[in-house]
Amino acid sequence: MSISSSLAVPVQAPHNWEDPFGDEILADPLPFQERLRETGAVVHLAEYDVYGMGRYEEVRRALLDWQSFPSSAGVGLANFRTEKPWRPPSLLLEADPPLHNAPRSVLTKLLGPRAIRHLQEEWAVKASSLVDELLSRGDEFDAAKDLAHAFPLRVFPDQIGLGEEGREHLLTYGDHAFNAFGPANSRVQKGNETIAGDSAWVAEQCRRENLSADGFGAGIWAASDRGDITADQAPLIVRSLLTAGVDTTMHAIAAVLSLLAVNPAQWARLRSDPTLARVAFDEAIRLESPVQTFFRTADADVLVADTVIPEGSKILMFLGAANRDPRRWENPNAFDLSRDPSGHVGFGMGVHQCVGQHVARLEAVTLLDVLIRRIRAIEPAGEPTRHLNNTLRAWESLPVRVTLD
Amino acid sequence: MSISASTLVVTAKTRLAEGLVELRLRHPGGERLPDWTPGAHIDLVLGEGAVRQYSLCGSPRDTDEYSVAVRREADGRGGSAYVHDSLQVGDTVGFGGPRNNFALVPSPRYAFIAGGIGITPILPMIRQAEELGLDWRMLYLGRSREGAGYLDELVEYGDRVAAHFSAEAGRVDLPGWIGGFDADVKLYACGPAELLTAVEQIGAEWRPGWMRIERFVAEIAPSARSTPFEVELARSNRVVVVDPGTSITAAVRDAGGSILTSCATGLCGTCETAVIAGTPDHRDSILDEAERRDGRCLMPCVSRSLSDRLVLDL
Repeated sequence: MSISSSLAVPVQAPHNWEDPFGDEILADPLPFQERLRETGAVVHLAEYDVYGMGRYEEVRRALLDWQSFPSSAGVGLANFRTEKPWRPPSLLLEADPPLHNAPRSVLTKLLGPRAIRHLQEEWAVKASSLVDELLSRGDEFDAAKDLAHAFPLRVFPDQIGLGEEGREHLLTYGDHAFNAFGPANSRVQKGNETIAGDSAWVAEQCRRENLSADGFGAGIWAASDRGDITADQAPLIVRSLLTAGVDTTMHAIAAVLSLLAVNPAQWARLRSDPTLARVAFDEAIRLESPVQTFFRTADADVLVADTVIPEGSKILMFLGAANRDPRRWENPNAFDLSRDPSGHVGFGMGVHQCVGQHVARLEAVTLLDVLIRRIRAIEPAGEPTRHLNNTLRAWESLPVRVTLD
Repeated sequence: MSISASTLVVTAKTRLAEGLVELRLRHPGGERLPDWTPGAHIDLVLGEGAVRQYSLCGSPRDTDEYSVAVRREADGRGGSAYVHDSLQVGDTVGFGGPRNNFALVPSPRYAFIAGGIGITPILPMIRQAEELGLDWRMLYLGRSREGAGYLDELVEYGDRVAAHFSAEAGRVDLPGWIGGFDADVKLYACGPAELLTAVEQIGAEWRPGWMRIERFVAEIAPSARSTPFEVELARSNRVVVVDPGTSITAAVRDAGGSILTSCATGLCGTCETAVIAGTPDHRDSILDEAERRDGRCLMPCVSRSLSDRLVLDL
């Protein structure tokens, strides 16, 4: 399949020699993303001999087109057709139809809006107690560490059905897994030092006997009892929740809090209309795109906007760049609750679109709902610092000061 | 965008066998169609709003064309007669889905039983089993060879496929065929009600989930409407008119409101909205049969209304 916009003769992609996984770009990706978008619809990233796409329309179309741009060759820099994956590939993220169908179908049902709605009440109680603890210590706190990172850890591992022991492995494992989609740079080397222990812990938690009887993990094992997936697949599907459901949500919640802290008018607006919490969260996903990039692989020579991408090439999809493409978004850099952020690609698009997006939204909306009831104003109280990851856009620290009602 | 989610154009109509035609369907603007998996069906809105379900029998790798096969039902409710006698290449039909109540789940070995037009959901399944190099067998049942579709393709699978036509060979030994499989096999059956009842009786001792059956239910599907309807936004006390060819989300947006969506094709569930009153016309790929009948929520990016007014929790 080609997604050419005209019948013009295919051209070579223009080159870019920057390192998208270098500290400088990871710390401040926006100028690079703009250069990428303006260089072309498809750009050759010479540092890694891969291709990149940063414009909304082409990124969206490529994400939908699993036939031309499969994921089973890996969604990181490594090409599984020629290189050995660092762990057994994911049955979701690193699979294509038809093998992808059954695992995806199980999680779609298990994590769908109607399946998780009943959790809101319990999560609201947990959110309230976390916020109470925080506010009782004073009017300044770290919105990243104390809130955005803490809240998902209070609700999600419990909901999967994990035991209390060793949960710290979730963070190091998740951080490494997302680093490992990039090149083997210093971040990956650092993670390599502890990954064996993290991986062993994660694998152990995925076993049926180590999961509570009523969580998402047990739901996955129940699907294997029904024959919807095989018993061999169940632990790897549990692993997907452990890998993809923690860091991403933490960074997404940090994103919305950071944007609200520097946009007091939007905070006031959210307080006056709490139904805007969902829009606020998706608008933050659009702007910050916690998952910045994923690779695909060209299944054949593929034509994109008159540029030929040779068969077997890796293509880096810049979700964050697409989500700020002025061709699609008016005033793209503004955090604006009157905007309709529908259609952003921060959760991906197509068969691989984030299957946990409804869980993430429910966590975020539940927490925001508690915060806006208690806090009249929120503002920065010091320089925030980024945490650098090859794939994720994250905050290390986000000092804020709040004024209570 | 809104029309794209709910209309298909007939691009080919081919006679496959006696009383059997295949339709090829595309998006009117040539856009990519929603993804589907073997066992899935779509709703087609035919003629005066009659809604009929047809299994997709093409390839899920085909990004822009659906195939369905339609048997002329002598005692049917008019949908099949409309397709056979009136529907022409170039005509436009409304559609909903795809949805899958008959998904092919992983297994090292499969057995398939197709009775008559029940071959349609099974075809993509055997192609998938073949693609994955898995062990499979199929029993294809029909009254006569002349009325059986897709025989040319099935012949190529050699002795994996056993075809049995009652006009030639009398009654089939169903217990004998089903009894020959070990506990690892997952069995899929689709066809006439009496066949499926017989299969279920023989398989009563099978492990739950290892035998899966799709009935073509002749449910009394209400007619889809081709006229505008009203959507009342209960929280903001407003009423929006939704014209044919416009989605609820687009109509609400045009009226200055907003519904958060993501895929805009009825797949992801982001726009799920509670229905306070009225009867939805579900066109999404998400809700199961019970949830559709229940009618307490809908996906406004693609779904519509059967009643004059829908009251939504917006």
